[in-house]
Amino acid sequence: MGAKIKEFKQYSNLFIELVRKGIKLKYRRSYLGVVWSMVEPLLTMIVLTIVFGTLLGHHGREFPVYILSGRLIYTLFSQSTTTALKSIRQNEGMIKKVYVPKYLYPLSGIVFNYILFLISLVVLALVSVVLRVWPTPRVLLAIVPLLNLFLLSVGVGMILATVGVFFRDMEYLWNVLLMLIMYTCAIFYYPGKILKSNVSWILKFNPLFCIITNFRNCVFGKQMSVHMLMYSFAFAVVCIILGSIVFNKNEDKFILYI
Amino acid sequence: MEEVIKLDNVGMRFNLSKEKVDSVKEYFIKFVKRELVFNEFWALKDVSFTVEKGDRVGILGLNGAGKSTLMKVIAGVFRPTEGTVTKHGVLAPMIELGAGFDKQYTGAENIFLYGAVLGHSRAFMQEKFDEIVEFSELQKFIDVPLKNYSSGMKARLGFSIATVVKPDILILDEVLSVGDAKFRKKSEKKIIDMMDTGVTVLFVSHNLDQVKRICNKAMILEQGRLLNYGSIDEIAPIYQEMVM
Repeated sequence: MGAKIKEFKQYSNLFIELVRKGIKLKYRRSYLGVVWSMVEPLLTMIVLTIVFGTLLGHHGREFPVYILSGRLIYTLFSQSTTTALKSIRQNEGMIKKVYVPKYLYPLSGIVFNYILFLISLVVLALVSVVLRVWPTPRVLLAIVPLLNLFLLSVGVGMILATVGVFFRDMEYLWNVLLMLIMYTCAIFYYPGKILKSNVSWILKFNPLFCIITNFRNCVFGKQMSVHMLMYSFAFAVVCIILGSIVFNKNEDKFILYI
Repeated sequence: MEEVIKLDNVGMRFNLSKEKVDSVKEYFIKFVKRELVFNEFWALKDVSFTVEKGDRVGILGLNGAGKSTLMKVIAGVFRPTEGTVTKHGVLAPMIELGAGFDKQYTGAENIFLYGAVLGHSRAFMQEKFDEIVEFSELQKFIDVPLKNYSSGMKARLGFSIATVVKPDILILDEVLSVGDAKFRKKSEKKIIDMMDTGVTVLFVSHNLDQVKRICNKAMILEQGRLLNYGSIDEIAPIYQEMVM
């Protein structure tokens, strides 16, 4: 472990460069640049509010904020895990020529998505202000579910990065799974009815749903669900342990498969 | 003398499966039909040697002898299947005409990226930036994405970055054979200048004259085994006979 930490210190410059590279290349040759990270969630929020607000009869001022907060979290999870999944193949050119601790690739991908996410939080703040959904001091606690989400993304990302090297079709498979996860996250509907039914497990066992719920609780000034928090944290920790074991065991073989 | 690189019974095994299985579906089908055949191939076997500080070692051998695999094992790109590699100091590898660049990044951005790979800070690279660009003679192309570079240009850029700060070990795999004659001369001179500072060079080339000019030692590889290792004057005639 000590050696790992020393190695990370040695390569911390490279880690920063890799994060920078991710951000730079994402917005290369686009006029709006980082603004896209704000326009995209705003547009989807508007469309989802119109469609599902009308369909389900939710006309409250809080509904757009509800949708946006859920979607931002979900997007971060889906993009950071997808980036991690592709990270080893994407950096093929480097991996084949120099030695770099390989976990830097998925990790830098997740961190760069996280930074973009933090920028897009500005949109959430703006929309809340415009709709007069005022924050309470509880909003500061949002850092807890956000940290939880980071840990979950790293854990899942490490597992996916490993599997993605050996099986190319993992990308498609993960897209399908992400879709299923999205529908069971209660992004654009209120989960009350489902939680009372006998299929409530479909939401309750989804750690991302738990994170989203607690994040919303913070945004709307409600108390966090300790039960959900414990579950999603435990889930994230298990993923990280599993991810590091799988990744460590296989990283020397990556080069033979890319 | 100080040992910089030490290889102890290094072996590198590859699976040359007839068909590469890289999707879950294929894997499953092959698994059910019991067609997962692995075809083993030892690219390196029982390779042991030590390189001392300041040595310039030429690596000779026919195509497929395991030269590039050996360089990758020393650079840490491959972990050897058996045996151990020990090395001391900062290592700057240049393998297969590049140094681990990003294709979409411009030349300038790659300077900082590769600098970070070698463990240098951004501020330090900023300081050396002009020197690198000047030596590579790529002033006009420094803001062009690397995917538009020719192989000679990539090699020039890589060489310039790798040598601007003196690494302890420099690995040059066929790098000096792509640039034009002028750049080749210039980089040869640079290596010879660096020799006084005690840099250790591993140099892969098919050009025996060039190896003779740069190296004081040489080794011959054949089918993954170390055939000879000694001073260049000893090895050069043996190699010459081999390729005759």
